[in-house]
Amino acid sequence: MNSRNDISRRGFLKSTAIVGGALVVAFTLPGGRRLAWAAGTDNATFSPNAFLRVGSDNSVTVLLAHSEMGQGIWTGLAMLIAEELDADWSKIRVEHAPADAAYGSKVFGGLQGTGGSTSIWSEFDRYRQAGAVARTLLVQAAANRLGVPVEDIRTENGEVIVGEKHIPYGDLAAEASQLPALDPASVKLKEAKDWKVIGKPTKRLDTPEKINGSARFGMDVQFEGLMTAVVARSPVFGGSAKSFDATRAKAVPGVRQVVQVPSGVAVIADHYWAAKVGRDALTVDWDLGQHAGLDSVKLLTEFKKLATTKGQTAAQSGDISASLDKAAKTLDIEYHVPYLAHAPMEPLNCTVKLNADSCEIWTGTQFQTVDQQVTAKFTGLKPEQVQVHTMFLGGGFGRRATPTSDFVTEAVQVAKAAGVPVKTVWSREDDVHGGYYRSAFLHKARIGLDKDGLPLAWEQVIVGQSIGAGTPFEAMLVHEGIDHTSVEGVADSAYLKTIAHHVSLHSPTTGIPVLWWRSVGHSHTGFVMESIIDELANAAGKDPLEYRRVLLKNEPRLLGALNLAAEKANWGSPLPNGHARGIAVHASFGSYVAQVAEVSVTDDVIRVHRVVCAVDCGVAVNPQGIAAQMESGVAFGLSAALHSKLTFKDGKVQQSNFHDFQVLRLNEMPVVETHIVPSTDKMGGIGETAVPPVAPAVANAVFALTGQRLRELPLQLAGV
Amino acid sequence: MVTLTINAKAQQLDVPDDMPLLWVLRDVAHLTGTKFGCGIAQCGACTVHVDGAPLRSCITPVSAVAGKSITTIEGLSPDASHPVQRAWAELDVVQCGYCQSGQIMSAAALLAKIPKPSDADIDQALSGNICRCGTYPRIRAAVKRAAELG
Repeated sequence: MNSRNDISRRGFLKSTAIVGGALVVAFTLPGGRRLAWAAGTDNATFSPNAFLRVGSDNSVTVLLAHSEMGQGIWTGLAMLIAEELDADWSKIRVEHAPADAAYGSKVFGGLQGTGGSTSIWSEFDRYRQAGAVARTLLVQAAANRLGVPVEDIRTENGEVIVGEKHIPYGDLAAEASQLPALDPASVKLKEAKDWKVIGKPTKRLDTPEKINGSARFGMDVQFEGLMTAVVARSPVFGGSAKSFDATRAKAVPGVRQVVQVPSGVAVIADHYWAAKVGRDALTVDWDLGQHAGLDSVKLLTEFKKLATTKGQTAAQSGDISASLDKAAKTLDIEYHVPYLAHAPMEPLNCTVKLNADSCEIWTGTQFQTVDQQVTAKFTGLKPEQVQVHTMFLGGGFGRRATPTSDFVTEAVQVAKAAGVPVKTVWSREDDVHGGYYRSAFLHKARIGLDKDGLPLAWEQVIVGQSIGAGTPFEAMLVHEGIDHTSVEGVADSAYLKTIAHHVSLHSPTTGIPVLWWRSVGHSHTGFVMESIIDELANAAGKDPLEYRRVLLKNEPRLLGALNLAAEKANWGSPLPNGHARGIAVHASFGSYVAQVAEVSVTDDVIRVHRVVCAVDCGVAVNPQGIAAQMESGVAFGLSAALHSKLTFKDGKVQQSNFHDFQVLRLNEMPVVETHIVPSTDKMGGIGETAVPPVAPAVANAVFALTGQRLRELPLQLAGV
Repeated sequence: MVTLTINAKAQQLDVPDDMPLLWVLRDVAHLTGTKFGCGIAQCGACTVHVDGAPLRSCITPVSAVAGKSITTIEGLSPDASHPVQRAWAELDVVQCGYCQSGQIMSAAALLAKIPKPSDADIDQALSGNICRCGTYPRIRAAVKRAAELG
């Protein structure tokens, strides 16, 4: 989910239709498949495939092809349509789109999903075109009605304006829907200088329902006849239930059924509490399978051993051995990071209503197409018979997009076995134990410096599990033995471009399911690379900022972000006693983020006071949303930098809930400042991009303060 | 049978005595604004007011609050006009939104007790509410803003 391609293929806005008194602008798919809009019919079964509706009540409803999980696209994508439509912002409504090929993402090979910080940049043209086509048709409708040329008509704030006459869009919806189709490529988009919405700090549109309890997350789905299931799963990955005794579970008031499913044993009850108590009362005899010996200490030893040999080559240039021989100084450095759970605040859940010829799914998901496909597979239905209702996601961070839609698959299997509509709910412990973690990674580097202390040779061996290998996405993610998500941020590092280098990868299999975790490979490579650069600066006796400036002199976007962060943080200016700064800059998802962290240490406890972020993401659609995502990325990254870690013993995950899988809390949150590099350069992503630099910025500050170089996450000073 | 006053409405509910208040609210009273996050009073997503004081409903047996007055996010104000809600909107606090009912209820309880809280008061009252999206800086600012609005 992290591939990033140029926008070269465009969906075509071709059909317009009136549905329930609304102008609907729909896209047809590349290749000419036209969406099935039935204009003016009372056919209640057609699939609504559209990006916006203009209602006769003047409302503009934007349909999101991607999922809102906190990152702010509920607002950002709506801004793109509003810009070109000249909409009245107060009349904008937003909905998640249904699962349909029309909403497929070109960067995910046509699959509908959300990830890789792609939603805004990859939809920048498609959503603006949707607005522009709608506006053009509304103008034409007004021209036809009034008998005036379109040149005499302008639009503003949800109205068509001809001289003194103002016609609200809603009044024109029916007429506009009768007009011939338009090729979106034929519609002229506004020039950047004319933007009124794009670039304007804009408040979120989903705030009202999120401050009064009415926002509906997957967990909140309720309807008459819906049961709740809690599943007992194998305590070891790959295990299965040999047999079970449900006597005590069935004695729990409210428990209705106990059924076996491939992932374990499901207790189905009137409500969650009965299902949970029933689940805990089950006696299950588990076949623990092959991984009952899983042990983090042993795994780390194995990773270290693997790193002593070169792996599959991921990137290389020049003669690494000869260059290392020429080095005035050589550094051998090893870093490692642990397995991590995503731990979104909303534990996983999925509601399934299965009928003979249809199935409805309600869930917070990042991967609608896969949900639809797996549901079809396990029910025997056709994908188009599966309706996916995307609810608000109580955080995603990657966990709600698995290549097998594990939590949807299981919920479908439970509903099928139970024969009633069921919401399968995971407890927090189930969520922490449920796998699909960020893999542990180990990096071993040998770096040769020239007489000026600059790197001339860089050899790095990376060891960690592949996300793609062994999944339906292997062909997409793994090329010539390299899962790009394991090496991104190293293999493509700006620091390596002009020097001899060799980057290689070992991708051991352990039985632990792994997955993309907010910022994916960059979640470890950012830490490793920016810590190493700091080590090299120190070895060279140079200031960490000046050293980076030299290395990045031909990298204007990295340098721009670096310089802006340094300037805004007053790099080099005096700090209170016991405080120090660290700096890091990292490119990910097409954007460039630099951070300066100010830290202190008391009794070996690291305290982060302030993080100054500078970001170059190209066109900044919603600066307010970008600031929120920088704050968010800092908090998420600091959880991993300071606290979170999963370990295994005897095959089992040793942590279970927020008391031992710790995350950042309010009292530990630094002040975060965001500065946006003015840029019209190629657009990049935002949601993940503040995560990679924060751990190294903090680690580098800790080094500046204490002289201790911490090469492992979570950061822990000697003495704790 | 338990009698509860939820958002000023007395209700008789047929639930087991040991059922946590959270699940009574969500699955029996169908008030889903109060959230399940951890089940062990570690994250604060389930925070409600009982006789005005903040309480983690996920570990509170319903029998322990029989006869008491419970306020959930749905009952904090009829129209999101509580100063905390107004400050939350003004400062654009929410992201995914899942933890925010609990954050708002904790903040409202703090301000009811300490109308002008210090940073230390805010740390004390709100560090038990986890937000994975990292809305913490805006929460802190919004609590201070709510103190001005209140």
